[in-house]
Amino acid sequence: MPKIKMPTKSPHIDMTPMVDLFSLLLTFFMLTSVFTPQEPAPVDTPFSVSEKPKPDANIMTVVMSSDNRVFFNVDNGQDTILHFRPKILQEMGKRYNIEFTPQELRKFEKYGSSFGVSIHDMKKFLAATDTKDREVFEKGIPHDSVDNQFGYWVLYTRQINPAVQALIKGDSNVEYPLVKKVLDVLQDYNVNRFSLVTNLEAVKVELTDAKK
Amino acid sequence: MAEIIQEEKGKGGKKRPKKGNPHMDMTPMVDLMCLLLTFFMLVGAFNKPKVMEIVLPEKIKKNEKVDPPKIADSRTLNIILGPNDKVFWYPGKPEAGMPLQVTDFSATGIREVLLDRNRALFKKIEQFQQDVITGKLNIKQDSLANAIKQLKKDDDTGPIVLIKFYKTAKYKNFVDIIDEMSIVGIARYILVDINWIEQGMVEAALKGQTQTAAAPLTQK
Repeated sequence: MPKIKMPTKSPHIDMTPMVDLFSLLLTFFMLTSVFTPQEPAPVDTPFSVSEKPKPDANIMTVVMSSDNRVFFNVDNGQDTILHFRPKILQEMGKRYNIEFTPQELRKFEKYGSSFGVSIHDMKKFLAATDTKDREVFEKGIPHDSVDNQFGYWVLYTRQINPAVQALIKGDSNVEYPLVKKVLDVLQDYNVNRFSLVTNLEAVKVELTDAKK
Repeated sequence: MAEIIQEEKGKGGKKRPKKGNPHMDMTPMVDLMCLLLTFFMLVGAFNKPKVMEIVLPEKIKKNEKVDPPKIADSRTLNIILGPNDKVFWYPGKPEAGMPLQVTDFSATGIREVLLDRNRALFKKIEQFQQDVITGKLNIKQDSLANAIKQLKKDDDTGPIVLIKFYKTAKYKNFVDIIDEMSIVGIARYILVDINWIEQGMVEAALKGQTQTAAAPLTQK
């Protein structure tokens, strides 16, 4: 008896709808994800139970790195029409008698991450082309009473953008005296409401714990 | 999308038998897409830092004279954050030579101390939230926060916590203790500068600990 030869067909599945769906999702996630610019110093934030997300716009961030340097950042979020950053730098320049060229202002606007530069080094800092050159100037913003540049940054940021919120992002190992100093400077310039940037950690406390 | 339709040339020549339309192999493309999709999904999910809000009272200006608010000793609880994640606490007024209680940031540490003192308010808040969840009370999410705030404001039995920092405390401790306040639902807490009596108390406590730790070694 002759064998019945089954027609050999390679089992192809039509993947077109799957690919369609994938590309759709991929595009969605690519467009919605926001890349945070790299910080000049690694900051390991502490944990808390707070579930409030970090605001996107109208914020100024004070970054304290583990080697006790202070960095500052003004994020006007996605909104670049208002041009807060160059205006603030201009004000700072006026204060310290430094004239910034339009190119430098534009460069400062585009520089998205936080900076820890003394205003006197700002011109050289902006002229630097890569992170390695910049690193030399990142000594932290002076914040002592002799040369309180950090205070002026806070002051001018609040003048240019009155709706700004203060965010404090500190490394877990920053010593308390620096935290106290930063809080003092902020309070001197009438910032009494802060948001501390933390990572989420779930903690549950039950009523039974209280009954003990 | 992926099927390529063969054009048939009718003019001249022999008609070749159709060989079925050639499928493009999409597997590598799908693989890559899967990978990228997972990457972007995870980046989107994990890249959300949270913030914890604190409000400090306005600083008293130098030429302004304001009497410090009077608070009852019986309700005060002093917490001093020391080095190496240690937490020292004592109730009431500081007195020279008073021993400090030592604890830590674990669930059975300072949280138990605070919870013990804040039991009434904590129960009230918990009960309130339970009622909302089970539907006994019908309140909108945003007015829930306000209602809890009001509960905290009306509370007059819970402790008034004074948080002080020894000079070698870390930023982590600062965040942890404020976090602890919100976990336990303490209505009133304030950051205060450490005074010299307490500084001495912390130093004495630290010295006492190193001595007891060193004692078994010297005995051998």
